[in-house]
Amino acid sequence: MYTNSNTLYLNEDKDLLQRAKMAKTGLYFLMAAVSSMFLLFLISYILRSQVSDWQALSQPWQPLSNTAQLWFNSALLAVASIALEYARRNIKDPDNSKLTRDCLLLAYAATVAFLIGQLLVWKKLVAMGFMASSNVANAFFYLLTGLHGLHLIGGLVVLTIATYRCSQLTRELQEPSRLRTKSSIELCATYWHFLLLLWLGLFALLTGSPESYAAIAKFCGF
Amino acid sequence: MAYAEDVEHDDLHQPRSFYSKYIWSQDHKVIAIQYSLTAIAVGLVALVLSAMMRMQIGFPDSIDMDSTAYYQAMTMHGMIMVIYLLTALFLGGFGNYLIPLMVGARDMVFPFVNMLSYWFYLLSVIVLLCSFFVPGGPTGAGWTLYPPQAISSGTPGTEWGIILMLVSLIIFIIAATMGGLNYVTTVLQARTHGMTLFRMPLTVWGIFIATILALLAFPALFVSGIMMLLDKIIGTSFFMPEMFSFGSQLEYKGGSPILFQHLFWFFGHPEVYIVALPAFGLVSDLISVHARKCIFGYRMMVWAIVAIGVLSFIVWAHHMYVSGMNPYFGFFFAITTLVIAVPTALKVYNWTLTLWHGNIQLSVPMLFSLAFIVTFLVGGLTGLFLGNVVVDIPLSDTYFVVAHFHMVMGVAPILVVFGAIYHWYPKITGRMLNDSIGKLHFWITFLGTYLIYFPMHYIGLQGMPRRYYLFEDYQFIPDSAHSLNAFITVVAILVAIAQLLFLFNLFYSAFRGKPAGSNPWRAASLEWLTPDTPPKHGNWGPSLPVVHRWAYDYGVPDQAEDYVPQTTSADLAPVHEGDKLA
Repeated sequence: MYTNSNTLYLNEDKDLLQRAKMAKTGLYFLMAAVSSMFLLFLISYILRSQVSDWQALSQPWQPLSNTAQLWFNSALLAVASIALEYARRNIKDPDNSKLTRDCLLLAYAATVAFLIGQLLVWKKLVAMGFMASSNVANAFFYLLTGLHGLHLIGGLVVLTIATYRCSQLTRELQEPSRLRTKSSIELCATYWHFLLLLWLGLFALLTGSPESYAAIAKFCGF
Repeated sequence: MAYAEDVEHDDLHQPRSFYSKYIWSQDHKVIAIQYSLTAIAVGLVALVLSAMMRMQIGFPDSIDMDSTAYYQAMTMHGMIMVIYLLTALFLGGFGNYLIPLMVGARDMVFPFVNMLSYWFYLLSVIVLLCSFFVPGGPTGAGWTLYPPQAISSGTPGTEWGIILMLVSLIIFIIAATMGGLNYVTTVLQARTHGMTLFRMPLTVWGIFIATILALLAFPALFVSGIMMLLDKIIGTSFFMPEMFSFGSQLEYKGGSPILFQHLFWFFGHPEVYIVALPAFGLVSDLISVHARKCIFGYRMMVWAIVAIGVLSFIVWAHHMYVSGMNPYFGFFFAITTLVIAVPTALKVYNWTLTLWHGNIQLSVPMLFSLAFIVTFLVGGLTGLFLGNVVVDIPLSDTYFVVAHFHMVMGVAPILVVFGAIYHWYPKITGRMLNDSIGKLHFWITFLGTYLIYFPMHYIGLQGMPRRYYLFEDYQFIPDSAHSLNAFITVVAILVAIAQLLFLFNLFYSAFRGKPAGSNPWRAASLEWLTPDTPPKHGNWGPSLPVVHRWAYDYGVPDQAEDYVPQTTSADLAPVHEGDKLA
């Protein structure tokens, strides 16, 4: 095996730690690219909100004036994020692999529930006739929540691998597999915290009042 | 993450069969060649399109080309050249090949993602080329794809062409992001022992910063591409205003076409530097090796690359002076545009000072490098004209602009591409490219491009507008301009045909070229010090090289050779001052 280490057959633990660092660096740059994308959406949203045809979904007579479902969804995503953080801290303890796995499963379930919750909001909007083409505020809602959801689904793929590795861990307690699992869980935890923060930002944006949009737009000089 | 998977299986990405070695390869060198050949192939399509356009401009109606076909050719030519040829070649081709070899890594850090990056790129190219065969043909909206015309009827290719273009761009961005994550992480985390950031060759610096620009700027194209796709497919109004088309009112209302322009150019201007920064890096290395002299002001060169990268994000609206934006806004962007000329000029001075008192070898890579400096200077100077609002407005949408951006962003980087291929080809194939054919190719290309673009500045100043497919019966265009157009067309077609020399050389020399040995240019940087040429899988044999100095120790006194390889320890040869500073 050739690796990026200095020797042909190497100290596997050291190499895995290096791999974990590489994966983390890759993830940070990925999050930077995703942040750039959502920041540009945010700017487009604010700029577009200043055109007279904009019908903010948060107005008292509009569907997002009641944000109960969205708060509930946010709580689900927060649960997923907290569970992953707990798993991340717990993986250091070799006796608690089962608890770690349960945390991962909880995060998985909470994330899926969040996605279903978001779909229910979509369904409600569609049932009330708020289609993407009828007003651009609706289109932004579908687009931003949809893209956020797609990023979560991407994360779920890695979470599946992490959960599988963690369940294997209960049977074999070798250090290399623990390091690999630790790395996957750390990546998932960081990514979920990021997506939680992103969602809270989007939540604030999508349910903000037209006055706040106007204030931000004025501040930006639009 | 994918790499962590690889470790579990001893030699997962060790190629075993023809398919895993050459097709589904995870080896950065094979992926680089796949990227490069695909980019060159699609670039040839764009070259043919430009020859067809030139025929129409120089000799109207001499070929069967109507206005629709002209606009389609123009759009596809621009988009292919900027995105699918230059970006892919510099980052996917040179980035993939050179980064691991120059920093002393065995491969990219996520080889599987790297492979996916190429296949996504290929898919984006296929989707783009498919648009030639769909009803209505490819989009003819101009490479900037401005709404509302890009998706309203009357513009060529609004049926399917624009959809395929946008989908292709979105796939390309996903590919570029996957590749980009690999390049930056490899540079930051997989350098070999002793390879500090300030010992990296400038090629790596250029590609590294360009990749960061790509990771942050391509999302702007992604965002605008998705929103325009939704406007087209499901009738949202992100960019589409309330409008009439062919006498009937469309469903759209309230969209902001100017928002698209801002998003597009927030990507578009960094894109110029995504292409230029790797070219700056590559040419710095070519000049140093072939002038047998250390690069002048290495650290200054690095910081200039970083400064240009940062500034490139705050100049975008100089592409939009005529969009009706606030004049004060234009004033701000004129200033930032002129400020970016400072680090850029610094680089040009440093290249020139590297040449000064150098032992200049007029090899083919050096010829291309010298041509690059001159061409970039010419293109850059006309940029100073166009960066000023008051000068830009009368020149806007004339052939002056066409000449400017072809010089600075078309010809200049392509000259570096050629120079770099002549330089690194011996490492890639183990054989030299034919020198005589190379020189002939150089002189035709270099002189030819000047014969094409110098007169174009003049006809631009005469007021000849760009994007017209026929110039008959315009009183303000003098006959001399028509004659010049015919002349430009003849030269352009000769230059295009001359590229066959290069292609022939590329394939002929791969089999019949003179064997190169491991380091034919006597270069000091790490990629020339591999145990095998071409380097084998894993690059470095049983153990990684250890680096003791920078990559520019040329002309060192009291040494047997006139260069000191990066792996030579300080006991055997003094470490250069420039490196000590690092």
